[in-house]
Amino acid sequence: MLEKFMNMDRRIIFMLVALVVIIPTLIPVRLPITVSEPTQKLYDYIEALPSGSTIIMAFDYGPSSLAEPEPMAKAVMQHCFSKGVKVIGMTLYPNTPTLADKLMQRIAAENNAVYGEDYVFLGYRPGALQVILGMGTDISSVFETDYEKTAIAEIPMMENITNYDQIDLLLDLASGSTTETWIIYANTRYGLKIAAGVTAVIIAQMYPYLQSGQLVGMMPGYLGAAEYEKLLNAPGDGTVGLNTASFAHLLIIGLVILGNIAFFIHQRREA
Amino acid sequence: MEVFGIWVAAFLTLCIYSFLYRDNPFYRFAEHLFVGISVGYLIVIGIHQGVIPLTWEPLSKAMSALWTEIIGETTPETRQALWGLFKIIPIAIGLLFFARLSPRHTWLIRIPIAILIGFGAGAAIPNMLQANIFKQTHGTIAPFADINAGTLSTWDTFGAVLMVVGVMCTLTYFFFSVEHRGPINWLSKVGIAFLMIGFGAAFGNTVMGRVALMIHRVGFLINEWLGSFGALF
Repeated sequence: MLEKFMNMDRRIIFMLVALVVIIPTLIPVRLPITVSEPTQKLYDYIEALPSGSTIIMAFDYGPSSLAEPEPMAKAVMQHCFSKGVKVIGMTLYPNTPTLADKLMQRIAAENNAVYGEDYVFLGYRPGALQVILGMGTDISSVFETDYEKTAIAEIPMMENITNYDQIDLLLDLASGSTTETWIIYANTRYGLKIAAGVTAVIIAQMYPYLQSGQLVGMMPGYLGAAEYEKLLNAPGDGTVGLNTASFAHLLIIGLVILGNIAFFIHQRREA
Repeated sequence: MEVFGIWVAAFLTLCIYSFLYRDNPFYRFAEHLFVGISVGYLIVIGIHQGVIPLTWEPLSKAMSALWTEIIGETTPETRQALWGLFKIIPIAIGLLFFARLSPRHTWLIRIPIAILIGFGAGAAIPNMLQANIFKQTHGTIAPFADINAGTLSTWDTFGAVLMVVGVMCTLTYFFFSVEHRGPINWLSKVGIAFLMIGFGAAFGNTVMGRVALMIHRVGFLINEWLGSFGALF
């Protein structure tokens, strides 16, 4: 029995994981969500911004990792538009402009936001370091036009925005190391307030920056998106994803415990 | 057209997941297609969002401004556009990367590499020291001022002390100038425990991230792909 368990075909585990993901997707279950401190801090910061403030949202993730950052982007943009906070979108990833542009247009349409007045999408420019440093001096020297090739000077909401001095927050939606780059160059050098919405893979790397105050807040993975949606009282993709993920996590925890028990019994028998 | 896109995406998703059963031609087809399209897309985006707006457009404007200067039809706009000619300098330096293709001129590549390294190091070192050493050290010590002022709860005080213990022990583990014996050995062993907890948290988060990706694709297959059957049949 133990031998069979130890040598179990890994495809059985794949099937189990598939089942615990498919079943809650077909039959949605709403689990309770408690808002953690990092998400609450981000929400409170944006909530405290006066109408007419401007934030930058950096869509620094690729198509292969959009599962977690997209619900975060939706929730934060919804919050900003409801408060009259303007949003400048951009990306340091070359394969993201189309995705980010479409996402911004969709969320803006749902919230009756007007392009050029409530939000703008600048697109992508190569060289992350040069882009971050250049924007600290003059945004229009890096992005002479927006993604649709309209000159920055002709966009109404960019009239009074020259550099980071007029930006109240930068939210980096990241699946890689870009948040650290924003902190090192934009926060340290220019004093720009930074917040992060990161995929679960890099959550652990971000906590030291949160503790030291270099990040004003953080949304950690699906959990962060779901928490933000709860604060807005608008359940969305993050809530659905987190509920489903919870079942998968329970299965994985169970398998880890079972695997360890089997390993130690096997080791004792061999001894 | 949208339904066609959904079906292509669903087919490729299933091709990729078929690898979980075993390696097969469908998986390899999807993998090669992904790599090819990604590279092609990156090149096109690089040209349209980088080369054209940052080099081609300012240079072509500057050249036409230069022509109007030559024929004597100067305006303030053409004077301003003439500044674009300065972009020839970085473009020329950048083009030196292609000197690698000629064995006789390959030494020229040292110029752009030297500039890149010089700029990178100059920009990175002070900012990284500030962000990753000074501010992190400050963040580790700062809670003790709150403890001294009596404004920190018991739980947060425990957290602050634990953090300092963790930092000191983990740094001891990486301190090789002293032989790890006696108390140093014990401290470094505690450091290993902190490292293991850190790696465990990172691994757990990685699993969470991977599960999230799967949930997204399963959601797509169930909601959008299966949902598109209604539009077809």
